[in-house]
Amino acid sequence: MTIPVSTETLDLAAKFPGIVTPDEREGYSGWIVKADELAAFAASLRDDLGYDFLSSVTGVDYLPEKKLEVVYHVYKTTGGPGLVFKVQLPRKKPEVPSLTPVYPGADFQEREAWDLLGIKFTGHPDLRRILMWEGFEGHPLRKDWKEPFYEEDIKPYSSRWPEGKHSYAEDRNPFNDNVQFPKQFDPEKWVPEGDAALYGALAEYRTTDEDGLDTDHIVVNMGPQHPSTHGVFRAVITLDGEDIVSMKPVMGYLHRNHEKIGERNTYLHNMPYTDRLDYFCSMTNNHGYALAVEKLTGIEVPERTEYIRVIMDELTRIQNHFILIGMLLNDLGAYFTPALYAFEERELILDIFEAVAGSRMMCNYFRFGGVARDVTPEILEKVSALAFDRLPRKADEFDRLLTENEILVSRCKGVGRLSSEDAIKYSMSGPSLRASGVPYDIRKADPYSIYDRFDFDVAVRYNGDTYDRYLIRLDEIRQSLRILQQAIRQIPEGPIQTGKSTYLTKTPAGESYGRIEAPKGELGYYLVSNGTGNPWRYHVRAPSFINITALESMVVGGKIADFVIVFGGIDVVLGEMDR
Amino acid sequence: MEKNDDKLNSPGYEIPSELQGQVAVTTLDRLYNWGRRSSVWPMMFGLACCAIEMIAAQAARYDMARFGMEVMRPSPRQSDLLLVSGTVTKKMLPIVVRLYNQMPEPKYVVAMGACASGGGPFKEGYNVVAGIDKFLPVDVYIPGCPPTPQALIHGMIKLQEKIDRQSIKKVRWYQEGADQVAIPEPILGPDLIDPRKLPQIKQVAKKG
Repeated sequence: MTIPVSTETLDLAAKFPGIVTPDEREGYSGWIVKADELAAFAASLRDDLGYDFLSSVTGVDYLPEKKLEVVYHVYKTTGGPGLVFKVQLPRKKPEVPSLTPVYPGADFQEREAWDLLGIKFTGHPDLRRILMWEGFEGHPLRKDWKEPFYEEDIKPYSSRWPEGKHSYAEDRNPFNDNVQFPKQFDPEKWVPEGDAALYGALAEYRTTDEDGLDTDHIVVNMGPQHPSTHGVFRAVITLDGEDIVSMKPVMGYLHRNHEKIGERNTYLHNMPYTDRLDYFCSMTNNHGYALAVEKLTGIEVPERTEYIRVIMDELTRIQNHFILIGMLLNDLGAYFTPALYAFEERELILDIFEAVAGSRMMCNYFRFGGVARDVTPEILEKVSALAFDRLPRKADEFDRLLTENEILVSRCKGVGRLSSEDAIKYSMSGPSLRASGVPYDIRKADPYSIYDRFDFDVAVRYNGDTYDRYLIRLDEIRQSLRILQQAIRQIPEGPIQTGKSTYLTKTPAGESYGRIEAPKGELGYYLVSNGTGNPWRYHVRAPSFINITALESMVVGGKIADFVIVFGGIDVVLGEMDR
Repeated sequence: MEKNDDKLNSPGYEIPSELQGQVAVTTLDRLYNWGRRSSVWPMMFGLACCAIEMIAAQAARYDMARFGMEVMRPSPRQSDLLLVSGTVTKKMLPIVVRLYNQMPEPKYVVAMGACASGGGPFKEGYNVVAGIDKFLPVDVYIPGCPPTPQALIHGMIKLQEKIDRQSIKKVRWYQEGADQVAIPEPILGPDLIDPRKLPQIKQVAKKG
C-alpha cells in the first residue's frame, strides 16, 4: 500500500515550462503550479489530458513556512489514478484565481477554503462564508487561530493524563462559555449581518405583465427545521408562482469542527469522529480514513481483514440505499410505510455491526492495518443468511412494491434532470453520477482494498432523473449482494491486525489522499503529516457536501414541490455535509 | 409505573367494597396527567446522528407508539416535546431557541445524547454549544452517543414519570405571567452573543 499519492509518469514540468514544477518535498508528490497561470493550466489539464473530474479542493496552512497551499486533486472519469497539483501562496495575502470557470464543482469547496482558511479566490462568482455565518471573527482552520476552549496544540492534553487534575473548560474561559470576542467588543452596538449577502446572491427576478404591472418574486426559506430536508439543511428559493427561479443552499447548521478537532487529535482519536460524519455509514467512513493513514504509514493490511472490510462496506451500502429509498418515498408523501420496511432491514444489518463492533451506529471498527475485533463464525453465518437469502428477497420486494408504482413513476420521471456533462462538471460522484450515465465507480476505476478481485458490474442508468437515481440504488443493492456473496465464500482464516495495535501511530512526514466509493459518493481523506503523532492537516472530501453543488442546476425550472424529491434523490447526510 | 402511594395521585377516599365495580375515584391531577403523559407529541426535528436513532425508535422494532409518543409534529405550535436530538451548533442555536419559544405550554425538553447534554465529543469545537441546558430548561437527559432506541424509550418513560408528579396548582404554565416568558434569542456576532450576558461580555472584552 505504499503507492505515493496519485502521480502518473507524466512530465508536466516539460509540458508547462516555467509554470509547473514537481513537488519534491519528502513524502509529497504531484506538481506545484504558479498562481497566475492556474486557470490556463487547469483548462489544459481538462481539455488536453482528460482530467475532467475535480475531486477535491482544499487548503493547508503551513504556518512555520509562512505559506498557504491550495491542493487540487483531479481524476479522469474514464478511470485510472489521479493527479494532484498545488498552488503556494504567501500567508499575508493569499489570493488565487478561482477554478470555477473550468471546474464548476470547485464552487462550494473554494467557499469552504475561504471560510475556514481565508484563501481568497479571485473571480469566484459568490465568495461568501459557507459553514460559519457572515460576521464570524477569523478563519478557524488557520493554525494560529485558537478556539475558545483551546487547551494545547495537540492531544493527548497533559490535563487529561490519569494523574492530572480535571477542570471544566468553561472555568478557564473568561466569558465562562464557549465564546471569545475581540478586544473592546461592544455587544450592544453590534449589528448582525444577517442574510443580506445570501439574499443578494439569489438571481434578481422580476416580471412585468401585459398591463405593465411589476410582479415581485417570492422568496421561500425551507429549513433548517423542515421535515423533508433530512436534517438541518436550509434552502432559499425564489419562486415565480410554483416554479423555482433561483435556489441557494445554506449549510453549516451542523458544522461540528471536525477538521479543527481532527488536527488536535492523534491519528487513532479521529477514528470515532469519522463515524459521526455520515452517520448512516460509519463503516465506510472508517475505511476511507484507515486507507489514508495506511497510505501514509505504509502499513499492510492482512488478507482476512480486507475481506472483513469489504463485507462491512457492502452491508453499509445496502442499508444506506434501503433507507434512501424509504426516505425518498417519505418525501413523496407515502409517509412512513416504505421507510418502515427499510428500517426493518437496517436493524438486521445493525445487529451484525453491533455484534462485531459493539455499537449499532457508531462502529469505530477499523484500525490502521486491521480491524478492532475478529468476526466469529456465528456472525458470518448471520451475514450469509442475509446475503444469500433475506436481502435479495427484500430487494425484489422493494422492486415489486415500488418500481412501477404510478405515483412514484409520475413524480420522479424526468424530474431533476442532470446531464452527464453537467454531472461531471459539478463534481457529482457516487450513485447520482452513475444515474446520469457516467459509469464511474472508484471500486472499478481506481480499485482500493481488494475490490479488483470481485466480479461485479458498475450500475449505470442514463436518464439522470430522480427515477433513475431511485433505480440505481436498487441496482447497487443487487451488485453489493454479489460482492458480499463472493466475499463470504472466499474469506480466509488468518490474523486481523498487522503488528501490534497501538494508541499512538507515528507517521512519516508527507501527504496522502485516501478515497473510497462510499454509499453517497467519493469519500476522500486528505492528510498532511509533519512526522508526529498528530495530523498537521486533516481534510474530509465529503460527497454530500460536493454533490449539492449541482442542486441549483437540477431544481431551477422545476416546481417547488419537486425540490424535496430531487434533494432526497441525491442522498445527503448533514453530518457529512457540514462536518 | 405510577406511584399510587403518592398524595397527588390518590384521592384519599375509600370506596365501599360493593361499589368498587361501578365507581372509581381519582384526583384531577392524576386524570389530567394521565391524559398528557399518554399523548406526548414530539416535534419532528432532527439535529444530528441521534435523530436517526430517534427514527429507529419510531420504527417497527422499537415502536415508540406503544407509549403514545409516535405523533411527530413538524410544527412547534403543535408539539409538546422538544427532543434535542444531536449537536447544537452556534449557528443553529437561535433557531432552536426560537422553536422552543414557539411551542405552546405545557412543553418539555429532552436532551438526547452526549452533545445535547453537554457538548459531547465535539464540545471543544468553536461552533458547538456545550449543552442545550445553557439555554433551555431540560427535563430529561439521555446519555449515549447516540443513545440506543432502548435508552431513548427509557428516557421518555422517565419523562412520563415526571409528568405524573406534576400538580395543576404548581405547574409553571398556570402561574401568573407564564405566557410572557420567552428565552432571549442568541445573536450571531463575532461569536455567539447570549443577550443575558451582555454586561459580562462588555466588561471582559474591555479588559481584553
